[in-house]
Amino acid sequence: MSTNNQIKLPTYVQTPVINRDSMSGDGPFKATVEIQNNLGFPGEKVDNWQQVAINKMAETNSKYKSVQVFLDSCMKCGACTDKCHYFLGTADPKNMPVARQDLFRSVYRRHFTFAGKYFPKLVGAKDLDEDMLDDWYNYFHQCSQCRRCAVFCPSGIDTAEISMAAREVMNVIGVGQKYTNQILGKVKKIGNNLGMPEPALKDTLMDLEEEIKEDTGVDVKLPIDIKDSEVLMVSPSADFFAEPHIDGLIGYAKVFHESGVSWTLSSYASEAANFGMFIGNYDVMREGALRIRKAALDLNVKRIIIGECGHAWRVAYSFWNTLSGIGDGAVDEYALRLQTQLDNNYPQPQHMIEFTYDLIKNNNLSFDKSKNNHRVVTFHDSCNVARGSNMGDIKDGQFILPREVIKAACNHFIDMPKNTIKSSTFCCGGGGGLLTDDLIDLRVKGAEPRMHALKKTEQESGVNTLAAICAICKSQFSKVLPNYDFDPYMVVSVHQLVSDAIILKEKADQKD
Amino acid sequence: MSLISIFLIFFFYIAALIFISGLSYKIIQYWKTPAPLKIPIAPSALDKKGVFLRYFREIFLFASLFKANKWTWIFGWSFHLALVLLFFRHLVYFWPGDVPLILYKTEPLKYAAYPLIFGLLGLLGRRIFVDRVRYISAPSDYLMLLVFIFIASTGMIMTFANNHPNLLMVKNFAAGLITFQWSELPGEIIFLLHIFPVFCLIAIFPISKLLHAPGLFFSPTFNQVDNARKKRHISDWASKKEDNLKIDIENNHLKDK
Repeated sequence: MSTNNQIKLPTYVQTPVINRDSMSGDGPFKATVEIQNNLGFPGEKVDNWQQVAINKMAETNSKYKSVQVFLDSCMKCGACTDKCHYFLGTADPKNMPVARQDLFRSVYRRHFTFAGKYFPKLVGAKDLDEDMLDDWYNYFHQCSQCRRCAVFCPSGIDTAEISMAAREVMNVIGVGQKYTNQILGKVKKIGNNLGMPEPALKDTLMDLEEEIKEDTGVDVKLPIDIKDSEVLMVSPSADFFAEPHIDGLIGYAKVFHESGVSWTLSSYASEAANFGMFIGNYDVMREGALRIRKAALDLNVKRIIIGECGHAWRVAYSFWNTLSGIGDGAVDEYALRLQTQLDNNYPQPQHMIEFTYDLIKNNNLSFDKSKNNHRVVTFHDSCNVARGSNMGDIKDGQFILPREVIKAACNHFIDMPKNTIKSSTFCCGGGGGLLTDDLIDLRVKGAEPRMHALKKTEQESGVNTLAAICAICKSQFSKVLPNYDFDPYMVVSVHQLVSDAIILKEKADQKD
Repeated sequence: MSLISIFLIFFFYIAALIFISGLSYKIIQYWKTPAPLKIPIAPSALDKKGVFLRYFREIFLFASLFKANKWTWIFGWSFHLALVLLFFRHLVYFWPGDVPLILYKTEPLKYAAYPLIFGLLGLLGRRIFVDRVRYISAPSDYLMLLVFIFIASTGMIMTFANNHPNLLMVKNFAAGLITFQWSELPGEIIFLLHIFPVFCLIAIFPISKLLHAPGLFFSPTFNQVDNARKKRHISDWASKKEDNLKIDIENNHLKDK
């Protein structure tokens, strides 16, 4: 499918008839020797790769309850088979969550279970051969680890866990994905996914300050590396340069300006996204988290707030306390220091949406909602926020808070169909390390279920704005919307809506 | 005692041994394998009570399956519910000695055989006719359903088509297995055909997909409380990484305010 062809859409999600091998292929570009070595993985497929892979599977099974239990407890009921956006968009049966898991599970059965060792045909156990490895590489890179299937699984099986485990095994034998591993190398070396060095970052922020000044006449600052600030803001690096992300960053700045809370970005930890999760590697993920912990210690901040980024928020919310002990419980010297340093009156870390929501609740922000009157807004729940995190520590807070923030800034808000939002939200099609041009065909097809829902809402309610709180969602939608006869500029950050409607007051102490 | 009785008695104990040792092994394995990260899946439980309620919904109502597919839900749920009811109905046969009065009142439970067979045929039909489910089915998936259908059918033939075996002998045989006071099988072949596959299922429980039963309880997506920000969650192998932690706290690239 050419990306320029527009696809005619029905306004409901259809379950396709399976079309075998429709997405077979070589998968995304493979990582080079240098990229692999940079992360401590072998540069090329190792000689005894089968044995290394099986050993790694044994290790993973013994370290991750999820993987061990999920490999055993699938009863092949088929509940998940029509839940994956990649299956709905491609009809390739190996994109059905259970079939994707079975690529891994069949090898597990062959090597680790009685039935698979002695009756492989009966239970569908298979050897790990070249063909199987090719299928692993291809189809585990057609999973965005969005966890929609897990919401519907009666055993609670989360395909993302299997997909992460499979990518980890592949990395260990020297078969890595270029896009994700290259980006991880940049974070390691420079501190953000873009590899944007400190001077470039500072230039960008100064330009933005000027832009805001021109637009509003108010001196809204975008501070960086300011010690003893109240808040360390860690946002996805896409916020510094990509459209429409950058308008979201301006939104954060305006909210901080209005709140009077001092804040800073960090040039050392200028990336919230943590691609370590995509490859299921605890150490790589931990390294990313420790980088942010170090920045927080160095800058002596009281709070850490995360910008609009889906996987980043899942890692920060669900994993940071484990990885770097920023909350209670960790006992190493730096964690203890951080625990006394951070303000216990707030959850650590917090999402920018939580920060803005609190200000709105306490009437500390004023809006001219008519500024957004030309917009009819709908909200795309980003997968990892929706299914792997919370906001506000209230039930379903991750669905409620962003919508409340949007409604505070906009007069016209309408949700997409119920089975496509909140915990049932469809992935944008570009998450989990798939946001790369070599997977554009998959990305366009994977976006289809979300596009169906958007089309329906457009036709029924005239929606013309799609708000999201994830850097990947925003980039992915900007790219694929034209394929479905939508305006690519209809994607906005939630904080862009805030930014457009917020009324700025010139603070006395900032006049000079 | 007949050879076939001796064989079945012997087979029962082997099956029971595999069941108990295999299942214990799997449960201990699941129990001991650490869950290094918090991965609850929405709708996540914010406290222990929420986890309890979630399990209640999943175990008694198959809540996730209900969301997923109404056909699979009605077939799967009626099959499992009938299985539980029929287990209680069968207790009377296994109960050694004097049977509690309540077990004599379980006779109406025999009608659970109908939802049982309805559910099983429905699940088999889905496996055969729904292309997606057909694709993911291994021979063992069909076999499992066929074995259940066979057990259900033979049971129904005995119960509803007036082919009752000698109930006293059934009781003596079955209860005898539990009390180690073995006695002869009833002579009816249909009874033999009914219990032999049951013993087979007991034997393959720990090495088959029947492991979804204990697995459900160990699923971190279900059993974890979504409170990572409040309470630190860390596994043994991960906390070892903190022992030798060295990061350079001092910095030289930051300017003062």
